[in-house]
This record gives sequence, C-alpha cells and structure tokens, in this order.
Amino acid sequence: MNNVQKNRLKDQLFKFWGIGCTLIGLVLLVVFIGGILIDGLSRIDWAFITDLPSRKAEKSGIWTPLMGSIWILVLTAIISFPISVAAGVYLEEYSKKNRLSALLEINISNLAGVPSIIYGLLGLEVFVRIMNLGASVLAGALTLSLLILPIIIVATREAIKAVPSSIRDASYALGASKWQTIWNQVLPASSGGILTGVILALSRAVGETAPLIVVGALAYVPFAPQGPLDQFSVLPIQIFNWISRPQQGFIDNAAAAIIILLLITFIMNGIAVYFRNKWQKKLQ
Amino acid sequence: MRKIKEFVIEKSLFSSALITVAVTVGIILVLAIEAFSFFKEVSIFDFFTDTQWTPLFTKKHYGILPLISGTLLTTFIAISVALPIGLSISIYLSEYAPRSFRKTIKPLLELLAAVPSVVYGFFALVVVTPYLQQFMPNLSGFNSLSAGIVMGIMIIPFVSSLSEDALFAVPKALREASYGMGATRLQTAFKVVVPAASSGIIVSIILAISRAIGETMIVAIAAGQQPRLTFDPTVPVETITAYIVQVSLGDVQHGSLEYRTIFAAGITLFALTFLLNTISFQIRKKFRQKYE
Repeated sequence: MNNVQKNRLKDQLFKFWGIGCTLIGLVLLVVFIGGILIDGLSRIDWAFITDLPSRKAEKSGIWTPLMGSIWILVLTAIISFPISVAAGVYLEEYSKKNRLSALLEINISNLAGVPSIIYGLLGLEVFVRIMNLGASVLAGALTLSLLILPIIIVATREAIKAVPSSIRDASYALGASKWQTIWNQVLPASSGGILTGVILALSRAVGETAPLIVVGALAYVPFAPQGPLDQFSVLPIQIFNWISRPQQGFIDNAAAAIIILLLITFIMNGIAVYFRNKWQKKLQ
Repeated sequence: MRKIKEFVIEKSLFSSALITVAVTVGIILVLAIEAFSFFKEVSIFDFFTDTQWTPLFTKKHYGILPLISGTLLTTFIAISVALPIGLSISIYLSEYAPRSFRKTIKPLLELLAAVPSVVYGFFALVVVTPYLQQFMPNLSGFNSLSAGIVMGIMIIPFVSSLSEDALFAVPKALREASYGMGATRLQTAFKVVVPAASSGIIVSIILAISRAIGETMIVAIAAGQQPRLTFDPTVPVETITAYIVQVSLGDVQHGSLEYRTIFAAGITLFALTFLLNTISFQIRKKFRQKYE
C-alpha cells in the first residue's frame, strides 16, 4: 500500500469513527431511557399521578411534587419573562458601545457559567433568610428566575438581532418613536425567537434540583401548595429522594417519575423547536 | 409628553439590565460575608492544607482538599469521555457530514444536555455502576468512575457544539488551499482547520470543564458522600457540590459553623468556575478579533 492509499484509508476510517461518536451518546441515551421505560412504565397509572407520597412504595404518588413543579414553572415564568426580555431589549436596542455595556456583557456571560447550586446559596440567604420568605414556592421560583435570566437575555438578543433593519427604518420613516418601533415592530417580529428561548429556559428550570434543595424544598410535603408562600417539593427532588432509598419499589417509583419528568422536558423542547422553525420560516 | 414616556421606558429597561449586575454582586457578597464568618473560626491555612473534611462529625476537620480532589477527579473522568467524543463529532460534522445530516443531528445532540441531571444520576447509580461491577468486582456502589462517565456523556454537546461553530467559522479558502495540495479531508482537518480554530476549541473545553466542576446531582447521587483525598476512581468520594447538597438536606441551624461550611465550600467552587469562565471569555474576545 502506498502513502496515498494509506491516507485515503485513514480518511475513511475517521469518517466511520466520527459517525460512531456522533451516534454513541444518542444510542446510550436511548438505551438508558429504554431501561427506565421497562422499570417504570408498569408503575404509571392514574393513581400514581394523583396519590400523595407515602412510606409504602406501592402507595406513593407524585401529586404534591407534580403540583410543586407546576407552581414553580408558572411563578418562574411570570417573574423572569418581563425582566429578562426588558434587559435583552435594552442591551440590543438602547445600550451604546461603552464601558458600561461591556461590563454588562461580561457579567451576563459570567452569570451563565455560574453553577446552579451557587444560585441556591444566593436564594437561601437573600430570599429565604433576609426577605423571610421561608422555604416557599416563591423563594424557589425567585431563585430559579435569577438562574435562567442570562439564558433568556441571550435568546432575546439573538432574536432581536435577526430582525432586518429595514423593518425599523420603515417604522422610523413613518414618524414612529424608538419605543413605538420596538413595541409595534421589533418585538412582534422577534417574538418567535424570544418564545423559543423562554420555553427552553423554563424546561431547564423544571429539571433543576440542586438550587431548590439548597433553598430548602422538602422531599416530603403532605399537601400540594395552595399559595406562593407554602412549602413545596418538585418532581426532581422526589426522584432524588426515591433513588436514595434501598428498596426496589422506590427505584421503580423513581423510574416512573423520571418518565413523567422527561415527558414534560421533551414536550417543552419540542414546542420550542416548533416555534423556532415556524419563526425562522417567517423571517425568511 | 412623548419624550417623557420614552425616557421612562428607557430607564426601566436599563434597570432590568442592571438586575443582572445586582445578581453577581449579590452572589459575591453572600458568599464572602458567610465565608468571612467561617474563616474567623477556622484558619485559612488549615482550610487549604488539612487533608480531612469532617465538619459533621464530633472530631471536626475543615480541610477542603478532599472535596477539591473529589471534584477534580469526577471532572477529569468526565472530560476524558467528553473531549475525544465531542471533538470527533465536531470535526465529523463540520468537515465530513452532509448538510442535511448536520441539521437533523444537532438538535438531537442538544437533547443530551436537555435531560435533567437527576435523571443522569439515576443512570449512573442504577445502570452504569452495576454494569461496570460485572468487570470490576472491586467497584463500590458509589464511585467517581460511573458518575464521571455519565457526566461526560451529558457534556458531550457542550464540547461538540461550540467546537463545531469554531471549525465551521474557519474560512473556506484555507481548506481549499490544503485540498489543492492533495491533502485528504482528515489531513486538512487536523493540520489546517483544527489549528486555525484552536482558540474556539479551547474555549469549548474550558466551558465543559467549568460545567463539570459545578455539576451537582449526578455526583450527589452516584459518587457518594465520603470526602477523601484520593484519585482512585473505584471508591466513594464527595465533591464540593455534593457536600452542599448533603448539608442542605439535613437540619443544620442557621448561623452555626456547619451552616457556614457550605458557603466556604461555595466560594471555593465559585472561584474555580469564575476563573475558568474569565479565561474562556478572554480567549473568546481575542478569537473574535481574529476573524472579523
């Protein structure tokens, strides 16, 4: 074999190696999820959804953590959405290139890299202790809102950047003010991209465990939260709690609860991708 | 009237942007204040040199080294998995794969990072560890090996996605020159494209490391809760993050020294990731100038 053939062979080999690497993560994920379906699917019925947690594995349900997760989801959306979109609009449309904007930029990219558990420590001290909210749904939602701020801000900026400047120029030419242009033209045109970012960020919040444990969310709550100041648990914490127990019954429960959690995560990701595709087509 | 309205709106948008600064200041203040009270009772020297971490036992030691070694060990294993796989993926996708394949596979790869980490923890403890125990009878039920491997799978998209963007941004002309000299795609990829995109690739690796250091649930579930200064991947260890979870699950009195240990651990973690993020930001800034 001469050198040319050797190099061609290496080239081909790397191609297959590359395909293998691309698929291996996904294959493992499918294997894992398949195993979870086998363990947990038989455990899922209506009673599993609507039952309260119990000491006995076969009587335990996920009603309270599921409601806790929904409370967290809704509150986090309400808190984080206006702040982060406003911040994104400011950075993209108003801020001038100066030291302050450079500082804001570095700061946001740094925040995105702060481990989620650190946000938990911040929430524990500021929301739980200083603002005296206790280990409540509100304290948890505020903590997660701060955690996903940088994600939504970045998504908002990307979405606004994608709006063609001809739309802005047309609006200004008709005598619209800056804010009228943003509110009536730029935001509607970028709404698909912003929405995608918000949903992806919220799907991350639903799966977060560590910051909520630090804030003081409980593994066992007897009732679903009735108001924002009630104690709460969330699905991932319930899963964590069940995994930590030795009996097989609880492992099956954990698998079943994971199926529900993955279902929520994948549906949210699916919706996000749908909005993104629809929006990208509209922009073109 | 209109001018006033515009002014008020701009200022309120600006204050929203300032909230992000307040978050950073808040994090630093909270960690610094609690850690300061901690270091009034424990000497910084002991904190960094004592080789035992036993704040929850009767005989207390406050040496952070075992937690740091646990963190570095799981991170090292995760990167050993994610780096070769992620880099190969990025080279394959940017240099070999047809466009349509690239477009379908990228969102699927992102899905790996979208799965909640508590789910990966379950995989590591319930699936990977028992599987590895078939070949490694000495492997304990909690170990850094399976936690690290599973964490590596989770962070593959962090390496592959950013690296691929960097590879893809390399100007076509460089590749064409290489092909013109008769080089294969593989030679072009490794001798021309990868070196040209090296700063972007390094950024992706640093961010993946920072991600692995801060990852919590996988290690809290599968790596154990036994702080020990070891680089043996088969025994239980404890990471900084897992320790914070362990204390938070228990009933620790606010204001006690035990309570403050999680902030001392937290500021160590924050310093580590902050350092890595800053380095990557600086590299990225240079990289941007190079290509625009």
